[in-house]
Amino acid sequence: MKTICLYFEIHQIIHLKRYRCFDIGRDHYYYDDYENERSITDIAERSYIPSLTTLIEMAKSNNGNFKVALSLSGVGLEQLEIYAPRVVELLHELNETGCCEFLCEPYSHGLSSLANEECFREDVDRMRLKIKQMFGKEPKVFRNSSLIYSNEIGAMVADMGFKGMLTEGAKHVLGWKSPHYLYHCAYNNKLKLLLRDFKLSDDISLRFNNSEWSEYPLFADKYIGWIADMPEEEQVINIFMELSALGISQPLSSNILEFLKALPICAKEKGITFSTPSEVIAKLKSVDQVDVPYPMSWVDEERDISCWLGNMMQREAFDKLYSVAERVHLCTDRRIKQDWSYMQASNNFRFMTTKNTGIWLNRGIYDSPFDAFTNYMNILGDFISRVNSLYPVEMDNEELNALLTTIKNQGEELEVLQKEIDKLQAKLAKVAPDAIKKEPAAKKTATAKKVTAKRATKAPAKKETE
Amino acid sequence: MKVLMFGWEFPPKILGGLAVASYGITKGLSLQGDVETTFCLPKPTGEEEKFLNIIGMNQVPIVWRDVDYNYLKSRLPNYTSPEQYYSFRDHIYADFSYMHVNDLGCMEFAGGYPKNLHEEINNYSIIAGVVARQQQFDIIHAHDWLTYPAGVHAKMVSGKPLCIHVHATDFDRSRGKVNPTVYSIEKDGMDHADCIMCVSELTRQTVIHQYHQDPRKCVAMHNAVYPLSQELQDIPRVEHPKEKVVTFLGRITMQKGPEYFVEAAALVLKRTRNIRFVMAGSGDMLDAMINLAAERGIADRFHFPGFQRGKQVYEAYKNSDVFVMPSVSEPFGIAPLEAMQCGTPSIISKQSGCGEILTNVIKVDYWDINAMADAMYSICTNPALFKYLQEEGKKEVDQITWEKVGLRHRAIYDELIRKNI
Repeated sequence: MKTICLYFEIHQIIHLKRYRCFDIGRDHYYYDDYENERSITDIAERSYIPSLTTLIEMAKSNNGNFKVALSLSGVGLEQLEIYAPRVVELLHELNETGCCEFLCEPYSHGLSSLANEECFREDVDRMRLKIKQMFGKEPKVFRNSSLIYSNEIGAMVADMGFKGMLTEGAKHVLGWKSPHYLYHCAYNNKLKLLLRDFKLSDDISLRFNNSEWSEYPLFADKYIGWIADMPEEEQVINIFMELSALGISQPLSSNILEFLKALPICAKEKGITFSTPSEVIAKLKSVDQVDVPYPMSWVDEERDISCWLGNMMQREAFDKLYSVAERVHLCTDRRIKQDWSYMQASNNFRFMTTKNTGIWLNRGIYDSPFDAFTNYMNILGDFISRVNSLYPVEMDNEELNALLTTIKNQGEELEVLQKEIDKLQAKLAKVAPDAIKKEPAAKKTATAKKVTAKRATKAPAKKETE
Repeated sequence: MKVLMFGWEFPPKILGGLAVASYGITKGLSLQGDVETTFCLPKPTGEEEKFLNIIGMNQVPIVWRDVDYNYLKSRLPNYTSPEQYYSFRDHIYADFSYMHVNDLGCMEFAGGYPKNLHEEINNYSIIAGVVARQQQFDIIHAHDWLTYPAGVHAKMVSGKPLCIHVHATDFDRSRGKVNPTVYSIEKDGMDHADCIMCVSELTRQTVIHQYHQDPRKCVAMHNAVYPLSQELQDIPRVEHPKEKVVTFLGRITMQKGPEYFVEAAALVLKRTRNIRFVMAGSGDMLDAMINLAAERGIADRFHFPGFQRGKQVYEAYKNSDVFVMPSVSEPFGIAPLEAMQCGTPSIISKQSGCGEILTNVIKVDYWDINAMADAMYSICTNPALFKYLQEEGKKEVDQITWEKVGLRHRAIYDELIRKNI
């Protein structure tokens, strides 16, 4: 029996503001609040709210025959929480229907999987926790930013305890193989891979409203008919897209939501079901491994990472950004961590692309890739100097890490000791109720202990400043 | 196909961009193989390249004088034969003996842009009448307003189609405060033209809206650059590991927006002291700019090396890390293309016509000194941006050749001749 795995992604970046070189060192706020509010409310109104309402309706009216998966980027979610809380409410409502699985992705929607493992893990764990807190279930399936995947990334993700991962069914990787099976990672067979059927996905997200397309107008029965006509052995059809495809890329006036609503009904007639990624992984067996030595993604015709790291400027910005990754990972400064997430968003690199794809690219406030690069590098310049001012620059990251661990350990030790003192004092008070007289003496011993403890903390602190 | 071209400047004597453009256009046409160009110049030096026929307007008689063959031979420069002189003399069409002429019956030209420019323009068009009667040609091509009256005159005489080439309009030169005399000459030329070639879409729009021309006869004909000669290619690029150099090169006049360069420099220097600024060229705003630089307190980082000629220009490009052209209104602006040929990244104003055909340059509004300063700073501090613009810019500009422009000219000529028959 065939099954459709439908998945939508929600992500919007925090837009950077116009930041001139004179602002470096003076202004540490990098975001364009107006643009953020404007764009997110616009997208929420035109796409997220109507689409999610439709999905809820579909979940409710199909008696559990309709399943869908969603994932959110942390930065996108933050914006929704601030500017479009209605979307968050709808997400909860969808979650309550039980027909929706939430997947995990990097919080920042960044490219850390290509740069720094620790940073990547931190990014993912942050989102995993957030999803668990919000929707009550720990995500078991992962999707990387823009479905970026390679063998190494697969191994990392498997190591983090995920059971499955979504990625692109890119032609240059699959060759003669079909994306309509379950595969596994070449480095770790425990990680199952669901591959996007780009043709069927793009039929909806790219071409649905294109009247010059030979299949226009597309109706649900025709679409399901294509799936039904596929060979019987091909069991899972993965249709992945951004949620904003419904309403932004394809306007609502194209009746795309009606099309969506009709899908489960037509599918039922043909005996095709819907499943979430976890269900697919549980139900099906992997047929083979997929070997991806070089990273691929779902972007552009090349399905690689060239739209973020294709030219010199992009690589320079990327290298500069991740040159401070370890430092940021070590630090505990919340504002730096926050800026770090926002700056990592892959869109910032996309704005700098010089590729000519023939498809218009919204560069936001920037009018050229050079403009985007200049602005980003100015902000990055300020950010890096802030990171560097946290700890002395000359110090090795390893050495710094060792010192920070020492400080942390000693802090913990102090806590333990403090607890012991409290315990002993309480005991003392119990054993000798007449200790009121003796108390000053007890206090003395306590303070004496504290003094030694203080000395202990002072020592490494001194070392650090040296 | 024979083209009669009227121009005011031609290399090796270069006074501005017009000479370079005239050279490129004629060279591009000559590469077509079957186009023969006759180029009329007020005062040739005799050292012009020989791929086209040069007519020196100062050797065309307008008053009949009985001159001996041998005397002529000694009097005329080697590119004008006595036979040609006699042939011209046979085509004198009116009595101009009241004019100030020399012993050959010719008028003298000062050349360049003298005080009595309007008089010279008029003289030029009188002579054009003789040339147009004597020469055989299929089409007339006039460069810039100085030669429009000559072009119109030639059209009246011969009935051949007139194509005028707008390298600049008075709106560009004066920031909107046009000189009525110049405007009337320009307007008259355009009104009579069968085709108006504008060096950019920007200029085309000016021609359409300010001169009220029919959009159908206006075409944007972008300039190109000639590949650097080996000698110029061999000039080594100067690396500045410590102090970067940002250059402005051009006439220091209102049209070129030099004050925005100074203001942007002042902003950059607030951020970093490791950049030097060079403002090369001369013009009526030079003193004002020196004062402005002093007023902003950046005179120690700001240099005025004066007018650069010939090879010096390329040395200046190769000695720069950034080239800036903040023109308020630039019909085309060939300088950034030359800078890119030399491997120097360019920042140009969005009000420059060359921006229409360039992608690997940074474009800012001329008044947006913040953006300009930011772009200068960015190129100076980010090696990746510098390198990208350098490499991709060079590749891009190498694709912009006069040969392609010549091909387009040819197509338009064919069309005009077909319509005229």
